[in-house]
Amino acid sequence: MVKTAVTLSGIQLDNPVIPASGTFGFGYEFAQWYDINCLGGISVKGTTREPRFGNPAPRIAETAGGMLNAVGLQNPGIDKVVAEELPKLREVYHKPILANISGFSMDEYVECCAKADASPHTDLIEVNVSCPNVHHGGMSFGTDPNMVYDVTRAVKEVCKKPVYVKLSPNVTDIVSIAKACEEGGADGLSLINTLMGMRIDLKKRAPILANTTGGLSGPAVFPVALRMVWQVYEAVKLPIIGMGGIQSAEDVIEMMLAGATAVQVGAANLVNPFACKEIIDNLPGLMERLGIEEIKEIIGGAH
Amino acid sequence: MKRSLFTILKNEMLAPATFRMVLGGDTTAITAPGQFVNIALTGKFLRRPISVCDWEGENLTLIYKVVGQGTAQMSRMVPGESLDLLTGLGNGYNLEKSGDKPLLIGGGAGIPPLYALAKKLIAQGKTPSVILGFNKKDELFLEKEFKALGIPVTVATADGSLGVKGFVTDAMPEAGYTYLYTCGPEPMLRAIDGKAASSGQFSFEERMGCGFGACMGCTCKTKYGNKRICREGPVLEREEIIW
Repeated sequence: MVKTAVTLSGIQLDNPVIPASGTFGFGYEFAQWYDINCLGGISVKGTTREPRFGNPAPRIAETAGGMLNAVGLQNPGIDKVVAEELPKLREVYHKPILANISGFSMDEYVECCAKADASPHTDLIEVNVSCPNVHHGGMSFGTDPNMVYDVTRAVKEVCKKPVYVKLSPNVTDIVSIAKACEEGGADGLSLINTLMGMRIDLKKRAPILANTTGGLSGPAVFPVALRMVWQVYEAVKLPIIGMGGIQSAEDVIEMMLAGATAVQVGAANLVNPFACKEIIDNLPGLMERLGIEEIKEIIGGAH
Repeated sequence: MKRSLFTILKNEMLAPATFRMVLGGDTTAITAPGQFVNIALTGKFLRRPISVCDWEGENLTLIYKVVGQGTAQMSRMVPGESLDLLTGLGNGYNLEKSGDKPLLIGGGAGIPPLYALAKKLIAQGKTPSVILGFNKKDELFLEKEFKALGIPVTVATADGSLGVKGFVTDAMPEAGYTYLYTCGPEPMLRAIDGKAASSGQFSFEERMGCGFGACMGCTCKTKYGNKRICREGPVLEREEIIW
């Protein structure tokens, strides 16, 4: 019997597969499709201090090998997430929960992370400094090493649980950002968020997305994500949750060989609600075929 | 909600760019007219949401308009090929509020879901009537099928080539109906709202990511709060709509 368990900063996951924030809501939508306790963990919808409606429609556009989204962090606000959404998820799910926190100011990151940290239902805080779809916040924190350092330090001061910083690929040098997180005291890193892109409607001669630009995800971004995980693994000692276009057990192994300790599956959940479950089901067989007894042994194995 | 494979039994052109696809498979997740299915297509990343025209036993009927590469690909498929569908998506129409004489109004690609709705209303002993709107006579479809149900059918064409000249609102009575059910392009829905003499339910369209409530890609604001078109919609009550 092969062993699929991995550990993220002391948190034991049955397997390395975690649905990515923003593609899995607060989990219970998917509990109608399958028993979500098979998951390694769940990263819940990105949360801000205030409730947010998000961007106007259209928020979604298709592209070859993926999709663009400009949802704009629609969420009910941290207080409601802690008081209602997480307890509701806990009714059907008892494995690790990653709270995903976004903000528009340092104060907001600190307040939301502290509240998420204090919830009995969370296991890990994932700080999103990389949302490309909001203005004056989100990604602007994640593209400057000094700001990333400051956010990481400030959040670490108020959190007892492991803090993972979710990085943007929309930077010239992701390694310098990753190093800033490490210096700021991050326990780990999640990468990558979506790549900024856009599409234009030929008949209307105007951008398809009401927000003009959106974040590209899906298999098209997998090689970019893999390369960035590879580079960051070489440069920092922190555990990495690798993500970007993963849609098969093979992709999971490949991402782990590049240096990921665990992975997140995003866009694939939206086209196949069973994507994570199927990947998890396929993992042991693939490991046997590849001669892998313990999956954690292959982390960074291609370096 | 269910994910299953369907086999194409029939795929025929009804009018230019308008096709009827009959599929065989598990329809048990479909619970109300006005719901939709989300279809996976080879080579396309996102699924294609298409409203259910009718379902009976293991047969599922979709009528779709070719509007892009995905629907063009569907139109070239042949009987025997299979499709991966998510079924039972969306809320669908609520039949309980119809009263005895509901009026059904559909425009173009918004007409198909009204067919199953009419059948269900008739089965409940109601006497619906229907107004169908097209741009021109050539685009006509489903008129015969509605007439075969034994209900009054009024056709309106924008160019006057058949029936009432003008939009569906030009064919709308001032009164005499108990409730409204409608589906079609948003300008049409808005015009109907401006003339409506009763309460009703309006079915909306939006670009979707998943179609089952996960991605927040199709959220709209209503007087009753934020709603996902794919989940709390596509059918909204007239009273809650913010135009």
